[in-house]
Amino acid sequence: MSSTSITEPSAGQKWFAGALVVAYALISILPLVWIIATGFKTPSDAIAYPPKVVFEPTLEGYVNLFTTRTRQPPEVMAANPPETWYDRIVAQYDMTIVGPSRFGERFLNSVVIGFGSTFLSVFLGTFAAYAFSRFRIPAKDDLLFFILSTRMMPPIAVAIPIFLMYRAVGLSDTHAGMILLYTAVNLSLSVWLLKGFIDEIPVEYEEAALIDGYTRFQAFYKVVLPQAATGIASTAIFCLIFAWNEYAFAVLLTSGQAQTAPPFIPTIIGVGGQDWPAVAAGATLFLLPVMVFTILLRKHLLRGITFGAVRK
Amino acid sequence: MSEVVLNAVSKSFGKVAALRDVTMTVPDGGFVVLLGPTGAGKTTTLRMVSGLDRPDAGEIQIGGRRVTHLTPAERNVAMVFQQYSLYPHLTVRENLAFPLKSPMLRTPPAEIDRKVRQVAEMLQIAHKLDNRATALSGGEMQRVSIGRALVRDPAVYLMDEPLSSLDAKLRTDLRVELKRIQADSGATFLYVTHDQIEAMTMATHVGVLDEGALVQFGSPREIYENPVSVYAASRLGQPRINLLPADLFGAAPAGARTIGLRPEQIRQGEGEDSLVTRVEHLGDQTRLHLSFRDHAIVTVTEVHTRLRSGDIVRIRPEKPFYFDASGARLQ
Repeated sequence: MSSTSITEPSAGQKWFAGALVVAYALISILPLVWIIATGFKTPSDAIAYPPKVVFEPTLEGYVNLFTTRTRQPPEVMAANPPETWYDRIVAQYDMTIVGPSRFGERFLNSVVIGFGSTFLSVFLGTFAAYAFSRFRIPAKDDLLFFILSTRMMPPIAVAIPIFLMYRAVGLSDTHAGMILLYTAVNLSLSVWLLKGFIDEIPVEYEEAALIDGYTRFQAFYKVVLPQAATGIASTAIFCLIFAWNEYAFAVLLTSGQAQTAPPFIPTIIGVGGQDWPAVAAGATLFLLPVMVFTILLRKHLLRGITFGAVRK
Repeated sequence: MSEVVLNAVSKSFGKVAALRDVTMTVPDGGFVVLLGPTGAGKTTTLRMVSGLDRPDAGEIQIGGRRVTHLTPAERNVAMVFQQYSLYPHLTVRENLAFPLKSPMLRTPPAEIDRKVRQVAEMLQIAHKLDNRATALSGGEMQRVSIGRALVRDPAVYLMDEPLSSLDAKLRTDLRVELKRIQADSGATFLYVTHDQIEAMTMATHVGVLDEGALVQFGSPREIYENPVSVYAASRLGQPRINLLPADLFGAAPAGARTIGLRPEQIRQGEGEDSLVTRVEHLGDQTRLHLSFRDHAIVTVTEVHTRLRSGDIVRIRPEKPFYFDASGARLQ
């Protein structure tokens, strides 16, 4: 029994490996489950000690997440009986809904900035990677190293200069500014990842397309791009996850207009006591787009379907 | 009119000279086969004509038009790659239709359908049209790759060992088929192969390349019967030409270093004794391995010969080739 054995593992080995994977998956998913569960608890259940594993679910957290409320004297509450299910939830605390919260707006900002910068990173990255992969470029290795070197320090290390520059040119607290910033940070990753994928596509396909009467750009579009789909999809997922989750720059550079969800979610807690369920509800909703995006692109992550039609 | 002219074409890759001053004319409707070992510049020549690589010096014309600086698409050439290069994300049908759908041709769908079907039937891949290009055997991929060239009507067909990975029967069929296409359509072919039979049967002209230089250009018969050098003589003929010290059979012309003997230049039953070391029955041919004054000689004899190893055969050279020390033929 050696680790390099190419024979079928024994039943015991399989069982052991399976148990390890399941244990790892459970540990990984525990915080996620906890967050999702907390979103459906009442504030008192959320801070109960010992923690409540079994509880009566409520949508209170979600109602609080999407609304702003105000406390009313008993006579006002009596004069205005609650009409809808969400009014009733709020009424338990002698409160009425006075308007929507800013969560929807912040969430939309995250969507615009996250997907916008992901699209730009992958779009520009694909062209740059193709050029690096296929053309003879002076000082190519130096350029590639330079591109990579932008990731050798944490991006936040340049926060102050960027803050000052953004203020000077009026990019502070704008969608365009945040898209630009996240694109700049993600580009080095996307160029390097995509170059690897494009390097693996044999150049013979493009040569065949050139002979078949296509221009270089058409060959790129019709032959390279479909085969790079796998790489483009996985690069897009990485870029989106970074842009979606980015917190530090968002805190520093956005406030009224272009604030994204990550800096907004913690502020929910400040409105009238420790509203952990509303925070958890916000975090849960915040998780969804990346999960959906990843699941949608999952089939493109399967490799190996496009290899093998060039004889080596 | 699609004569292909290479005029003093040179190309280097780094420090390696791939082509040296190659001048060659592929006549309109000609079938030119390039011979030479790996690295002799055969594929580079094809790539020069196709436009995938540009020469460092020299000029290329197709059909009287200077194409040296045109893109492959503008040159209107079809090429079969040695590595097949089928588009893996497309089906066989889409692969075959790909050149017809190009912006250069813009073929109407009905016409595409007709041509694809016709070529697929000729190449015996009609039943695989809806397969993915990756779900084919090596031989099928090679046929699709040939088909992708044949659907078009280009100025010149460039083929880089197109039949090399087919089984014997299919290779024979396609050899005849390609020759028929060339004869019927009057198309011009520039063709790279290692296979002597392909060279001898298909070529109207053979070009022999040696380390990037074109050393001889002529009809296959001319190359076979009148080679300019040891190198050219070694390209054709099975079994290969026997190369022996010039004076092995007695007096040799002045300056001769090597005597070259093809099987038909060895007269059996006359001359001096040699020892039969092995008899190979190949079916259509019987090869005789001889030992003559400690030199091995391979020749051909009657198919149903009674000779066995250990027998003595008398041999005598007849109109042999003599080569000098540099390998050049002495006339």
